Order: sequence, then C-alpha cells, then structure tokens
Amino acid sequence: MFVWTVLLIVLMAVIAYWAGRTHAAGLVTAGGPRLHSLPSYHGLFTAAGAMIGGLALAIAGAFVFGSQSLLTPVAAVIGAALGAFPLYSKSSLDFRARNNFERVVLVLLITCSAVAILTTIGIVFSVLYETLIFFRSVSPIEFLFGTHWSPTGTPASFGFIPLLVGTLLITVIAIAVAGPLGLLSAIYMAEYASPRLRSFLKPILEILAGIPTVVLGFFAALTVAPLIRSSGEAMGFSVASESALAAGLVMGMMIVPLISSLSDDIINAVPQSLRDGSYAMGATKSETIKKVVLPAALPGIVSAFMLAISRAIGETMIVVMAAGLAANLTANPLAAVTTITVQIATLLVGDQEFDSPKTLSAFALGFVLFFFTLVLNYIALRIVQKYREQYD
Amino acid sequence: MNAPVHHQTLITPAHPKALASGQFKVTARDVDVYYGEKQAIKKLSIDIPDRAVSAFIGPSGCGKSTFLRCINRMNDTIPTCKVTGLIDVDKRDIYDPNIDVVQLRAKVGMVFQKPNPFPKSIFENVAYGPRIHGLAAGKTELDEIVEKSLRKAGLWEEAKDRLAQPGTGLSGGQQQRLCIARAIAVNPEVILMDEPCSALDPIATAKIEELIDELRQNYCIVIVTHSMQQAARVSQLTAFFHLGTLVEYGDTNEMFTAPQEKRTQDYITGRFG
Amino acid sequence: MTEVRDELVKKRYASERRFRFYGAAALILTALFLAVLLIDTVIRGIPAFHETSVEVDVNVNAADVDPANLPGGNYDKMIKEAFRAEFPEVTGRANQKALTALLSTGGADALRSMVIADPSIIGKTVTVPVLLGADADMFLKGQLTDQTIAPGKATLHVARLEGEEGFVLTGEKTGEEAEKQLGLATGDVVRFQGGAVRVTGMQNGYLKADPVLPPDAAFSTGNFDAGQWDIVSFSVPQANRRINDNQALWLDKLKQDGRIENSFSWRFFQAGDSREPELAGIRGALVGSLLTVLVAISLALPLGIASAVYLEEFAPKNKWTDLIEVNINNLAAVPSIIFGLLGLAVFLNFFGLPRSAPLVGGLVLALLVLPTIIIASRAALKAVPPSITEAALGVGASKQQAVFQHVLPLALPGIMTGTILGLARAFGETAPLLMIGMIAFIADVPQGFTSAATVLPVQVFLWSDLPELAFKSKTAAAIIVLLVVLFALNAIAIYLRKRFERRW
Repeated sequence: MFVWTVLLIVLMAVIAYWAGRTHAAGLVTAGGPRLHSLPSYHGLFTAAGAMIGGLALAIAGAFVFGSQSLLTPVAAVIGAALGAFPLYSKSSLDFRARNNFERVVLVLLITCSAVAILTTIGIVFSVLYETLIFFRSVSPIEFLFGTHWSPTGTPASFGFIPLLVGTLLITVIAIAVAGPLGLLSAIYMAEYASPRLRSFLKPILEILAGIPTVVLGFFAALTVAPLIRSSGEAMGFSVASESALAAGLVMGMMIVPLISSLSDDIINAVPQSLRDGSYAMGATKSETIKKVVLPAALPGIVSAFMLAISRAIGETMIVVMAAGLAANLTANPLAAVTTITVQIATLLVGDQEFDSPKTLSAFALGFVLFFFTLVLNYIALRIVQKYREQYD
Repeated sequence: MNAPVHHQTLITPAHPKALASGQFKVTARDVDVYYGEKQAIKKLSIDIPDRAVSAFIGPSGCGKSTFLRCINRMNDTIPTCKVTGLIDVDKRDIYDPNIDVVQLRAKVGMVFQKPNPFPKSIFENVAYGPRIHGLAAGKTELDEIVEKSLRKAGLWEEAKDRLAQPGTGLSGGQQQRLCIARAIAVNPEVILMDEPCSALDPIATAKIEELIDELRQNYCIVIVTHSMQQAARVSQLTAFFHLGTLVEYGDTNEMFTAPQEKRTQDYITGRFG
Repeated sequence: MTEVRDELVKKRYASERRFRFYGAAALILTALFLAVLLIDTVIRGIPAFHETSVEVDVNVNAADVDPANLPGGNYDKMIKEAFRAEFPEVTGRANQKALTALLSTGGADALRSMVIADPSIIGKTVTVPVLLGADADMFLKGQLTDQTIAPGKATLHVARLEGEEGFVLTGEKTGEEAEKQLGLATGDVVRFQGGAVRVTGMQNGYLKADPVLPPDAAFSTGNFDAGQWDIVSFSVPQANRRINDNQALWLDKLKQDGRIENSFSWRFFQAGDSREPELAGIRGALVGSLLTVLVAISLALPLGIASAVYLEEFAPKNKWTDLIEVNINNLAAVPSIIFGLLGLAVFLNFFGLPRSAPLVGGLVLALLVLPTIIIASRAALKAVPPSITEAALGVGASKQQAVFQHVLPLALPGIMTGTILGLARAFGETAPLLMIGMIAFIADVPQGFTSAATVLPVQVFLWSDLPELAFKSKTAAAIIVLLVVLFALNAIAIYLRKRFERRW
C-alpha cells in the first residue's frame, strides 16, 4: 500500500506539472506580453502543491484508516488534487511562479537540514526517557557510584564503576598504542615522506580506517588474544583469554588512521614560514618539528587525541567480540574486563522487556556514553575551530 | 676551497667605495637555478663584500629572492629546485656535499618577508637558536645572549618587561625586529633579508632601516627590496636583477645617478617594473 | 663567531636520524598489522570457498519415492544405504553411525533435485555427488589435524588371529626389537593392502593390532616389503578432534579411490544461513545488506545534499545555522551504538515498525551516515569557486538557478565520492543493527524491506560466535566477501575523485 500511495502521489504531481505548464504556456498570445516566469516554473509550482497536498492527506489517511487500508491512496489522490488546483488557477501572465516555487524549495531545504537536529533531539529524548524510568527503580547514586555490576543476578545490582574502569582501561591501552603510532606516522608523512611515498602510504592508512570493526573484532578474538595469552603464559603471567590487552591493542590499531589523518591535516596547516624561520637559523628537521611545528600544532593534536578517546569509548564490536562480559573492577590489562558498550549490546540483544531495570539500564549506560562522547567531541571540535582561525 | 673562477660576465664594482677591507664575503660564479623545468636564474656571478649592505632590486620575478635563498640554501626545502654553479661563503663552496647545511644556516641567517615569530614567548623565540646550537652554557649566559640580541635589534626597551609573553602578540614592526633579534642571536656573519619591510608601516620601516644601518658595522647584509628609495637609503651597494640575470652591481650612489646599463636606467626612472 | 662544536652537531644529527626512524617504524608497524590481518583472514577463509563431496552410486529405490510427491521422497535413507554399501566391512551400529555422520545432513539435496529434474531415473542406479559434513570437509582440507603417512622401512609380516577380531604384526624379528625395527608404537595405525589396523600393544612378545579398516575376509597372512605398507599418524590426538581415526581412514580410502570431489562452493553464495556449517551461505545476509543500504542511501543522499546545499549556499549566518553546524559535526562523532538505541526507542517502540527489518536498519544507517554525507557535500560545494555563481547571477539567473544549474553539477563528483564512502561505512556497520534485532538467525533470503533479515557484518558476528571450527572458516570467508565489496566501493570513490578532480 505504501509503495502504491507514493507512486500515486508522484503520478498526480507529474499530471499537475504538465497541466500547470500547458496552462501557463496557453496564456501567451502572439505579440502580447510575456510571462513573468517560464511555463515550467508554473508547472513545478502546481506539482509542488500536488505533492504537499497528497502527502498531507496520505499521512492523515494512514492515521485515520490505517496504513494498509485502501482508503489511504484514495486520500492521497484527493489531497494532491486539492493541493494542485488553487495553484493551477492562480497562473496568470504576471504571476511570479519562479519566486513562489523557489520559496517552496527553500522551505524544503531548511526542513532537510533540520533532520540532523531532529536526530539529536531524538537521541537525547529517547535515551533520556528510558533512563528516567530506569532511575525510578535504581537510584542515580547507586548507578553512578556503585562498584558492583550484575544486571541479571539476584538481587540485580547496577553499579556502573566497574564498567567505567573497564572502558577506561581499554581506552588507555588503545590510546597508548594509537597515540605514538598515529602521531609519528603523521609526522613522517607530513614532513619526511616524498610525494611518491606519501601516495603509497596514505592508502594503507585509508584501508585500515575502512576495515569494519566487526572484522577487527574477529581478528582480536581469534588471533591476537590467543597470541597474547600464549606469550604471556610463556613469560609466566596468567592471562585471561578475553584480556583487556588484546581488545585494547586492536582498538589502538583501529584508531591509528584517525589520529594520523587528523594530525596530518593539522601539521600541514602549520604555516611554512614558521618552518622556514627555524631552518634559517640552522635547526635540523627534527628540531624544527619538535620545537616549532608540534608546539604550534599542539591544540589540534590535543583535539585529535580527544576525538580518538571518544571513538575508543564508543567502539562496540571489537570489545563485544574480544573483551569479556565479567564486570571485574581491576586495572590489570591481562585480566578480563567489560565495557559500557559491551553491556549495552548484551542487554539489548535478545529479549527486551521495557518494564525491567535490566533492559532499561542499557539506556542509562547509553545516556552516560552519549554524554561523555558529546562533551569530548564538542571540546575537541571547538579547539580545532579556534586553531584554524589562528592560521587563517 | 675553490679559488674563484673568473668569468667574463662577472660584474663587480671596480672600486666600491664602501669596500674598505677588500674582503668579499659571498662570491657566486655561473649560478643557474631551476624550478622544475623553469629557469629562474641564468649564469649569475657576483662578489658581495663584508660589513656592508647590498641591496637587490629588480621587477617581480627577476630572481632576486631566489638568489637570496640560495645563499643559505633555503631552496633545499623546495623539492623541485635545482641549483648549479658555485656559491662561496668565506671562500667555501656552500653546495659542497661536505658542507653541513645546519651549520651554514647558523652562519648565514635570514629574515623573511612576513614576520614569522614562533608561537612561543619572546624570550623563547630568541633563545631558540642558541639552544639548538648549544651556544649558551647556562641560564645566565642564555639570558645574556637574549638581552644582547634584543638590544642589537632595538627591541629590548620595548620587550624587557614582557619576555614571557607570546611573540605573536607584538605589533608587526616589533615582530620583524624580534625575527632580526632571533637571527642575530646565533652570531651569524651574513644576514639575508627578504623584503623585510614589505609588510610594515612607514614608521616601523624606518626603525628597521635604522637597525640595518647599525648592523652593517658587524655583518654582511644582503637585502631584497622592492623600494628603490629603501635601497638608496640603506645600502652601500646595489644589484639590479632582470629576468633571472644580474644586469649591474655597483656603488649605490653611482647606480642611481649614473647607471651603466640602459635597462637599469629604464627601471630606475620607472619605465618598467 | 662562536665555533659550533662538532660533537654537538654529531649528536644533533644522531637525534635527527633517530626521530626519522621512529616515524618510519610507526608506519611500518601499522602496515605490518594490516598485512597480518588481511593475510590471516585470507588463509582462514579460502578453504570455505571450496566444498567437498563424495561420489556415491545410489539405487533410486521406487519404494521410497512417491511419483506424485517427488520432493517428499526418502532420499536421505537411499543415500545413507548406498554410502554404507561402499564400506561393507563396517559393522555395528556405532561404526555405521560414525560412517554416515561423515555425510552432510543436506547431502540428499543433490539427489532430490536430480530426481525432480528427471523422474525417469527412479528405479535405476545413478552416481550422485553427496556433500560431506563440515568435519569431514575440514579433515580433508587438512584443517583438523596434520596427517603424516610414513612408508614402512622394513618387511612387515601380518597374520590374522584365529577366532578373534585381531591381527599380529611381526618383522624379521619379534618382540620389542620388531617394534623398534618397524618403527611402530602403541596407537599407530598401519595400512597394508586395502586394510588398516591399529597397534594396541605388546602381548606375549608380539605386537597386537585391532582392525580399523578390515582387509579382505580372505586375507589371513601376508608379507609386506618396505614401501608396501605405511604408518599413519595424526598430530592431534583422537580425543581432541571431531573426526576419529576410523573416520579419517575411511576418508583416506575414498580419497585414494578418487571418489572425493573438491569443487568451488557456489552454495556459499546461493544459500541462506544454516546451523550446519557446510550448508550455510551468505546469500540471505548479502540480500539483507543490499536492501538495508538501499534504504539508507535513498534517504541519506537527498537529505544530505539538500542540507549541504542549504547550509553552504543559502543559510544566513545566525545562531540557528551555527547550531545546525555544531550539531552535524558532533553527530558525526557520536558512537554508532547510540544510533541503535535511537532506532530501538523511536522506530521500533514509538512508531511500531517491524523488528529485524531492512527498512528500520536502513533508517538507522541513514541517520548514521547523514553527517558524513553532509560534511563531504559541503566541502565539495565549497570547492566550487564563487566566480561561477557570480557569472550565473551576472546574466540574470536567480540564486537557486545558479546553485542548482551550475554549482551543484560541478560539485556532484565530490558529493558522489563522499556518498560512496558513507555507503561503505553503512555497509560495514554492525553495532546499531544488533540493537534493532537484525541479529536473529534467519535461514531464508529476505523477501522485502519489512521481512526479517540480517546483514553481512552481523552474519560475520553471528558466525564468529559459534563454537564449530568450520564456522570460523566461514566467518573469515564472509569477511573476505565483505572486504572485497568495501574495497570495490573505495576503488570506485578513488576513481571518481581522480577522474573528475578539478583544480580551480
């Protein structure tokens, strides 16, 4: 029914376009005054009326008769006719069809760009709503400061601290890997690599950036984790099979392209005159980089790291596949920990009961996650903006 | 090391009045510079004396800045740039593979068209060079070098109370004097200035020109300028470049009053340029 | 001039070299990681693109097929009986079960379609390829255990024990010396003249052996010179693998007889998901991905272009547009799982759209890639110089005419590049789709936008979680397909960028 309704509205719009256009063209008499707008604009304006009228009555019809009812497409056709006719009869020689049509287009464009805002509002409200319901059964104090997490246990406990510690542990490992690797790669590519080498190196990082995280998760769980486990045990450590280290390492490699491409841009934005100033005094390349370029690029690099941290905190698949489910409160990278995202995924996969705190706690976790990443992203983006202004 | 090869196109003032010691600091023979396919400088030869200001003038794109950047090998940073021929500083070929470009630039400093202080404090800007070259044994010595350099650049009185503030907070003229202080802090022997006043207002320009006049007591200064008045005011010798060749090089006063070449005459009198 | 000390300069250059080395090392390390990742996946995944089947001569028994209901015939029974008939020496329920366990539960499919295609073969004997089970398949691909076959080095004498199910092995000598001379140990499997026995131990100074693959009933004693017999051993002990020694030897025998056929597994691309690894394919997931991405892109592309055009060309600089701008940049960095929560709360709970449907998945992914497309489109629009707009306005075009007739067409290659990259992101996205139930086990190929479906990355996730070793290989194979699609998308994007790149 949905497809038929849409097709009918489109058909009505096409008819309206044709009718409006021929009507306007017919108004011109040989040697007489010209139309203000081209006939096609009269057609487009009429068609816009048909579209809007048709859509409006179709949506209303879907609510009144139900989306499967035969009456819905009928309502759509009536709506299109009602929408098109007044505009059709408006056509006259000096009717400003183009200006009117352009106003419709502008409204359409504004509506489209509001979708992004609506998405954010949707996220905030949907997550916040369920979170508030969750806080009716579990107090926010217990949630934020509790040190025991066991949503399926009896009695269930919802202390979020072990998840936070687990998330931070894996994030720290990831940044410890990605920070130096990403930054050094960026420096090498921006300052040392010849254009030919650069054109070869850049795709490597782009390929790595394009690999889906589910693939990296599979690699972490099946190849990296056993490797860490066996080498750790050879050295006499006891390593959990789902160690934080394995997930953190692979997540770090995932973030390398992010840090390196952001830093690369930032380093390239440092004006050449600063480098020249340093070279002209006899500084070597590395001295220039360390003492002039990097300090100048510092704000940008800091924000690149913040975006990387936000990415690591929000990454789901690698940790779902390679980190554990056990909410251990530990800072040992060889132990199994769980993260906020793992818990959200686990709690919401399978049966969902929107009246139990177990399911709702996932939304509370989602809210915390959204809040953290939003703050990090916002600050990072502001720093980058300020930084760009500095050298513009 | 190589003895200067005499070439018939060599243009050197016969008796430069400014040249007291008879010592040439920078000599160039048959220098060609290419940017990719394009030749920017053709068979250029010149002898530049020490303790004097030489001004390079000429219309845009004549190669004067390009040649200036060859003297401390700043052109090395442009991958497509190729330099052939011979350029000596203190009778040493600076394009000799054994020459260390880092040490060369410590000896041949440069001041750029647009002031480019590092986004650091005034003190750090000046101290940067001495630090990387290990010129100061301790904090007090570094302080001394910074103060001496700022004094020489005529910025000390204005800057002494705000040494810890960022160099980018100074006015344009102050920034350029800071860049000069930064350049002289490593004790160079030659200072190259690439249109140092083009981004400055007349008052700031006057100050820099005064400074250049003082600095010539101790340094060999080469300045590229678009302004013939400036060349006349600050330099003892003037070189006129046109289309990548050196047309004439001689005593500034003579050059502006009685140029030997028709092209120089035309340029000075404003017929082209 | 202060003389610059040589020692310091040396040190500075050493530091320069060190720094440069660190940069190169970081890049090499990253490249190495990528290489290991890709190679590891390919090595794991390649075997899953092949399947093995065994040729069996089946008597299509008329009693088991109702001509009126050809698909309902008991083909399974026919196949099993025929397969058992290949190994008459295998007796006992347990052994026979182990034998037929080698075949896939879908092994009768080929026979069924043969009969349906040509009912005249009912009552005749035909040669049918029967798909082997995953374990047999993995064994034959050498993935379960390494198998070494060492030719016997000395003369072996074999004698059947009278009245017992057993054999005695001797060399030129007897007892422990024979053991040493023949190179045999307890547990070794010895093959000779179409039979195989397992050494069970020393008894009264003789090596005793039990039959695994009994030789001809007529066989009582025999002498085998060096090279005429061999010792079969496995790197993985029997208890740790899913194919026991007997099954392994049966498979070896089939292989030696040339009955095993290894062919490209079209099934992998044609079948939906299954609990049996050898029957599982990615068709359902691929179709699901296609439908989902189709919904996502047909929503995100027009919305994204419209937003970008408005923000870049028409929006006044005010608080409202600043807000939209900040909002889009932030939305681009919101974790994808949050979009899953949004989809669950808004599309499923509030609007009551069906769970697991490509429609909902597409909606969620559209919102997810929208910021990416807007940002890329704005960059492409910004790259068109203002002189183009001015020229159009100069001849009397309206602003909208200038934008839609001149600027937008010039920016389109850039927009398409950004869109394809967004498409690639949507294609590889997993986490938000888990939230809206696209994780269910779905064996059928989805029929439409509202039927239950899964997508390729989620299929990867589902399979990776299963304990069977064969599914690990399937997972890697599905990853290879996923990566090939993604690389192809990226290659198209790079091609577009190169082809239409314009320097203003």
